[in-house]
Amino acid sequence: MAAGATLITFDKVWKSYGQGEATVHALAGVDLAIRSGEFVAIMGPSGSGKSTAMNIIGCLDTPTAGTYSFMGIDAGRLDRNRRAMLRNLYVGFVFQGYNLLPRTTAVENVELPLIYRGVAARERHDLAMKALAEVGLVGREHHTPAELSGGQQQRVAIARAIVTRPTLLVADEPTGNLDTARTHEIMELLTRLNTELGLTIAMVTHEADVAAYAERTIRFLDGHVASDTVNLEMVSP
Amino acid sequence: MIWETVRLSLLSVRRNVLRSFLTLLGIVIGVAAVIAMLTIGSGTTEKVKADISKLGSNLLVVRSGRPAGPGGPGGLDQVVRPLAQKDLAALVAHLSGARAISPASQKQVRVIFGTESLTSGVTGTDSAYLDARDWKLVSGRPFSDSETRSGTGVCLIGETVRQQFFGAGDPEGEIIRVNRTSCKIIGLLEPKGYTGFGQDQDNVVLMPLAAYQRRIAGNRDIESIYVAADDRTPTTELLPRVEDILRDTRRITPDREDDFSIRDMTQIADAMASATTTMTGMLGAVAGVSLLVGGIGIMNIMLVSVTERTREIGIRLAIGAHEKHILIQFLVEATVLSLLGGIIGILIGLALAGLASLTLAIPFAPSPAVILLAVGFSALIGMVFGFFPALRGARLDPIDALRHE
Repeated sequence: MAAGATLITFDKVWKSYGQGEATVHALAGVDLAIRSGEFVAIMGPSGSGKSTAMNIIGCLDTPTAGTYSFMGIDAGRLDRNRRAMLRNLYVGFVFQGYNLLPRTTAVENVELPLIYRGVAARERHDLAMKALAEVGLVGREHHTPAELSGGQQQRVAIARAIVTRPTLLVADEPTGNLDTARTHEIMELLTRLNTELGLTIAMVTHEADVAAYAERTIRFLDGHVASDTVNLEMVSP
Repeated sequence: MIWETVRLSLLSVRRNVLRSFLTLLGIVIGVAAVIAMLTIGSGTTEKVKADISKLGSNLLVVRSGRPAGPGGPGGLDQVVRPLAQKDLAALVAHLSGARAISPASQKQVRVIFGTESLTSGVTGTDSAYLDARDWKLVSGRPFSDSETRSGTGVCLIGETVRQQFFGAGDPEGEIIRVNRTSCKIIGLLEPKGYTGFGQDQDNVVLMPLAAYQRRIAGNRDIESIYVAADDRTPTTELLPRVEDILRDTRRITPDREDDFSIRDMTQIADAMASATTTMTGMLGAVAGVSLLVGGIGIMNIMLVSVTERTREIGIRLAIGAHEKHILIQFLVEATVLSLLGGIIGILIGLALAGLASLTLAIPFAPSPAVILLAVGFSALIGMVFGFFPALRGARLDPIDALRHE
């Protein structure tokens, strides 16, 4: 997908939970567009709807009403397995808690999405080793998560997310569990992936200095987009 | 993909050695019980068949008294007319299809040599007896016709009698005392071991019928007549011929029942073999119930495993696993687990059956069909009882699963 083209569109997206009087609207008619190659930070207090929006962006969830289109596909109307396929082909995930499989080596963790793609064992291994090299983890390939620091674990998770060469990287508070120095390293890595690979990144964060790495910040409040600003003082790595 | 999943599930079995072992225990015990029961059972069946063929295959045994009915042999109201020499003579003269016909009367009698004594089964018979029973001589010779006719004091002894009196020595030509008479040993019978009913078949002394009747029984009766069929004649065909001849010589009018019985040893062998087979089947079925319990154990632990690994399932779903991938993963895991239990169970079951065959002196008869069945069945148990937990894992919502602590 050419850089600059629209990758993600929210058209009056609603997400509601519960029924009748008790209905809660996590998203109340959100309109939003993200272009290919953008690095977007999504902020907002808890309950603002930012996590719901992220789940829909990552094709994990579907809107109750309105249209969510991803790469021109009406992803909100797809069934479970088709969304799984979409995620496997085009979306990479990075979570706050790393979410690596325990007692499984780094390279095996990175190979995981390729298994579901049906890539042959040998090629899988090579691609995983390459991805680990890209995130700067040469020499740690056969360590299990328990043998790695938090920053290293998050690098493994990033390698797992990019090993499939996705179009979109969804990061949910990727530095939430890390100290300042490690946060800086991880954010530099993400920025590099954004510029060098042209990877579109949508990142939820609480911290303004983390959001500052992104080129654009979207703030959610009570299920609406409260503000959508371009970061003039972007941190340049 | 499948191989990958199998490898993965073996890995997860290894990660939780203790729990995997406890899960397997149910299947192991179930399969071991089934295998041991069926193997011991088929060994017993073989043993029974072998024992009965030792008694003589294709053999009819005629005895006096009415045939055994549901209430037991004979009737109390009836005066039993014993078999006599003329019955034997009629069979020898008229019966076709018989390999050997021989009379026998038997009694437990004290046998003495020097200062040693032994209570032994003493049988009065003729030289055709060895052929009828399919017994062989290790050394010496059978009775001659003249010895049989005149009732000379000669005898053939079994291995137990020889060991009691002569140790490893040669008994031929020695004189032993049987009851109040004495007889010269002219031959040694081949050892036959014990029957399945614990009877020593080598604790025997054979002597000419005339000598037995005169010196031991004190009458002219014949207790039984052994009729061995030749190779072309089935016992079922021979039996009615024997019956006809005996009814004729014993002058039994058509309106009256037989006053003798004919037992077909082949049929008895078949009946006993089928009884042990039925018994084996029943024991196997009872053991099979424990397999069911083992299967429930697998289901239980797989449910725990799915709950415990909810987050892992969430990760897998998020990065693109389909429902079927998760389903297959847990199904394979359950199957591998119970298959492993099955294999261990088979080994233990065979070991138990081997031990039993040593202590009970029955043949060790493992059946490849039963073993294959056990392997297949334990895999099936894994699949059936693993399905529900696996489905539960596959149906999880990735968002909830990722949030699971």
